[in-house]
Amino acid sequence: MTMPGSATPRKIVILGGGTGGTLTANRLRRMYQHLDRTDQSVSIVVVDQDNDHLYQPGLLFVPFDLADPAEIVRPRERQLLDGVTFVEAAIDRVDVARQTVVLEHGEALDYDVLVIATGATLALDETEGLTGPGWNKNVFTFYDHAGAVELRDALEHFTRGRIVVNIVDLPIKCPVAPLEFCFLADWFFEGRGHRDDIEIVYATPLDGAFTKPIASAKLTELLDDKGIELVTEFNTGEVRSTGGGPGVLVGYDGREVPFDLAVVIPLHSGAAYVGRSEGLGDELNFVPTDPHTLQSRVSPNIFVIGDAANVPASKAGSVTHFEGEVLTENIARFLDGENLDASYDGHANCFIETGFGKALLIDFNYETEPMAGHFPAAVGLPLLKESRLNHLGKLMFQSIYWHGLLPGRDLPMVGAAMPSRGKRSPDAPSTPPTRPEETRS
Amino acid sequence: MTTATIAGTAVELNDEGFFVEPAQWTRDIAVELARQHGIDTLTDQHWTVLEFMRKEYFEKGTGPTVRILGKSSGVSVKDLYQLFPEGGPAKTAARIAGIPKPKGCI
Repeated sequence: MTMPGSATPRKIVILGGGTGGTLTANRLRRMYQHLDRTDQSVSIVVVDQDNDHLYQPGLLFVPFDLADPAEIVRPRERQLLDGVTFVEAAIDRVDVARQTVVLEHGEALDYDVLVIATGATLALDETEGLTGPGWNKNVFTFYDHAGAVELRDALEHFTRGRIVVNIVDLPIKCPVAPLEFCFLADWFFEGRGHRDDIEIVYATPLDGAFTKPIASAKLTELLDDKGIELVTEFNTGEVRSTGGGPGVLVGYDGREVPFDLAVVIPLHSGAAYVGRSEGLGDELNFVPTDPHTLQSRVSPNIFVIGDAANVPASKAGSVTHFEGEVLTENIARFLDGENLDASYDGHANCFIETGFGKALLIDFNYETEPMAGHFPAAVGLPLLKESRLNHLGKLMFQSIYWHGLLPGRDLPMVGAAMPSRGKRSPDAPSTPPTRPEETRS
Repeated sequence: MTTATIAGTAVELNDEGFFVEPAQWTRDIAVELARQHGIDTLTDQHWTVLEFMRKEYFEKGTGPTVRILGKSSGVSVKDLYQLFPEGGPAKTAARIAGIPKPKGCI
């Protein structure tokens, strides 16, 4: 490795040009541009197998014709600041011992620091029968671009029957999206006058609507209000469908959940090259990572951001965004031979669309579960409560994503650490007051 | 949070009955907890799973899901449901192994 003080730029290679890779590259670029010291120079390379940057939160809206599939994709390269090099190539493997990334045609990229930002992929083959005869006929997913479009076309013609929304296993990207899908489906079919002829079922491996108890209680109540059936502790072993009639999900414990249309969120895994790289990933190809510094446990000069890491945080864009600040700081510290900053606290927040132009907002971290109150302070967006303001926040976010978050700007009032002002502690009464002046920290 | 005495040892449990301090766990506790969950004898296969649960917890900060158990513990998913018939294998094994409830990584 080149040491500080030499004039040769240190090589930072970032694998993945999605949310994490892009914002990391741009943050690093800004950071080193401002230093303006030749002994601090770095080269920044981003590698991705294609040039299509997908705004993943948009996928939820495609099946309900609320988002144009073409408008949620932009070129990856154009999201990167000048001075960042983009390489479009598939990754064969990382040779950790040699500090080299081997690309598909044998080309090698040496690195001083490697950032793994290749996210999570859908492991369709892990569930028996999922991509069988029923696939894209009456078994769908909206967790990729093509699937979301297929599902949109199917919902367009669905007027009667039983829709089952099923999470095969956790962790998944945006863990609230399947719930949001249920809420939006309720709204969508209500608007079309078919709701009375359609059953909506939510089948989850969890023991409630969500993992965190306070949010879970609130979301279970919402499912109930909207007449959505909840099936808990259901671990999908097999999907049975001939594509020509009703199908059935079969649990490992033998329970069966019949459907006319299944919306399945498949098991997720890390990128395939992680599995081909000796010592890099765990059994699902996620990279073992320190949850507070974001340094991998594989090698000190490998860092991980976003869905690719095995940290016990949500696989969500907000997590990736909040991680970015600590990650880029730590890359600089590592290159300078300093101790790392261990301050990432697992902060996540998400808007949860609940249909009919409303949304909830939740905000939490490794230690603190989502609470009621307001974000980011006593005056702000209502937490854990349906409101029109939150829905507008969610819609506005797409623009913030392309123009604020990806370029690596700090967003006003939304810092990496979870705010606690404006929140009520879980020890407070369980029926929270709703007027802002009654909230306290 | 409550303090319970299991197999003669005082341990702290959360509201759902999961361990708060995995260090308070002993093998005798596991035997007693297994009985409470309808498992009369802990077989070698049970112990394989319990030890795997604890190893995963200490390495990753959370216990594994049933799928990871099936992939990596050396016991198949089908066998896991037979070994821990009550309440789902990942959750029941976490209780008996004295680790917090698997987070499912939210």
